[in-house]
Amino acid sequence: MVLISWLKRSWLQALAHATGLLPLAWLIWDHLHGAFIVDPVREITTRTGRTALVLLVLSLACTPIHTLLGLKSVLRVRRGLGLYAFLYVALHFLTFAGLDYRFQWDLLGPAIFDQLYVLPGFAAGLILLVLAITSARGWQKRLGRNWKRLHRLVYLAGILAIVHFLWLVKDTGEPLRYGAIVALLLILRVPRVREAVSNVRR
Amino acid sequence: MPKISPSDITPEHAYLSRRSFMAGMGALLVSSVALSACGGQDPTPGPAPATMPPSPSANTDELGQRLTSYEAVSNYNNFYEFSLRKEDVARLARDFKTSPWTVEVAGLVHNPKTFGLEDLLAFTQEERVYRLRCVEAWSMVIPWLGFPLARLLKEVEPMTKARYVRFETLYDPEQMPGQKSPFYGWPYVEGLRLDEAMHELTILATGLYGSPLLPQNGAPVRLVVPWKYGFKSIKSIVRIELVEEMPVSLWMASAPREYGFFANVNPEVSHPRWSQATERLIGEGKRIRTTLFNGYGEQVAHLYEGMDLSQWY
Ligand code: HEM
Repeated sequence: MVLISWLKRSWLQALAHATGLLPLAWLIWDHLHGAFIVDPVREITTRTGRTALVLLVLSLACTPIHTLLGLKSVLRVRRGLGLYAFLYVALHFLTFAGLDYRFQWDLLGPAIFDQLYVLPGFAAGLILLVLAITSARGWQKRLGRNWKRLHRLVYLAGILAIVHFLWLVKDTGEPLRYGAIVALLLILRVPRVREAVSNVRR
Repeated sequence: MPKISPSDITPEHAYLSRRSFMAGMGALLVSSVALSACGGQDPTPGPAPATMPPSPSANTDELGQRLTSYEAVSNYNNFYEFSLRKEDVARLARDFKTSPWTVEVAGLVHNPKTFGLEDLLAFTQEERVYRLRCVEAWSMVIPWLGFPLARLLKEVEPMTKARYVRFETLYDPEQMPGQKSPFYGWPYVEGLRLDEAMHELTILATGLYGSPLLPQNGAPVRLVVPWKYGFKSIKSIVRIELVEEMPVSLWMASAPREYGFFANVNPEVSHPRWSQATERLIGEGKRIRTTLFNGYGEQVAHLYEGMDLSQWY
């Protein structure tokens, strides 16, 4: 009974948790059932990377959805989606450093800093790390107005993640589609565009 | 390094595990007929088929690296004519028609000739265990079956003017859906300098693991140049032309800054966007250091003497 009334009130939050956790459950399931026969390292790297990107885009979409549709409850899942995005980035990085490079530091240094496509991913990962740490309420209070400024960096993380994706593939179709979505979300936040859009709604 | 001329290289490298397939040739023909006869069945799936022949004559390459499993070799393929996803190629290529098949050899030759598949199989087939290093920084160890390209080229008698060899893959968008993509200049084209093409290590492969090539591996006949990145080893060849000018490959045309004509495996020369210093050995789950010319330097380094390999990437 309690659960049902919670679900009624917070279905969007439940959906966000499901979106955040199911890809991980699915990944573990596939792994246990031997779906990754040939190159498990690459499979896990690309799946965690993709999930991270999708969750990041979803959390970036929350504010524009709020302005466009006036749906206030999306703002309550924004932080959670961002934190889940960071979870997958952390798994993505650990797969890279641990499973792929086996923490061989002599190889890992050049692998991060001499590879053009890794650098933007790494920078995006660092930004998300800082944002994840400072997402706690305590930090929110402590940083005051600067907190909002700091957390605008999430857009930079989004752009860097797209560049990372773009630079690691031979066929650029898919990263460009994600890039178009991020660009659209960014444009919707430009004050004049935002006002025009919310005027239309009224 | 002492200078070695091509003639100093003994034609029979003792360390290359190989096997004369004079006797096996008949079996090979029979099994390829059998394969095409059961077109409705699924020739690719899962574990090695029951008819899986003749195990390879060695379990490792000459450096002691274990062979990549047959399952991995036949389910993890870069073959953009079918799909950009390596795991999807086997399924999409399943019904690819590989017979009848002809390879036209033309251009600057005294004796142009069209080879049917049976003509190609009439060359003595031998096994070569080669490392395959993909430009995407992964690698496999594969027991190919085939014959030196030099033997075929000698039959057509290249003219002295001929300096390069240009290869072309079948163009058939109905069978190869990837060729409908407008992003690449189909058909797939690759090229070698004539001395590279004549090198003893360069083979035309018709099989692997003792059985005829599966479509996803480039059936019925493909090139294998083990000291170059995998994309040089063009698949499902229909045309070989001897030419005077350096051919422009599909990859050179679509990304000239990233893919050059030579594409020799070289840990020192990075791809503009990623490093070539290490590679993931498929199936072993480990990362190893990449070696110059993929470990075949002793045999091929002389081909590039005096060349700046970072300029001629
Ligand atoms: C923290 C440092 C990071 C490292 C070292 C890293 C490394 C990698 C590597 C090695 C690959 C696989 C390349 C391949 O074999 O195909 C990859 C793919 C990918 N990464 Fe990252 N990455 C990082 C951060 C990120 C971040 C922050 C995101 C997004 C939020 C991201 C999203 C992706 C995506 C979408 C792919 C492509 C998946 C596919 O090809 O399907 N990565 N990354």
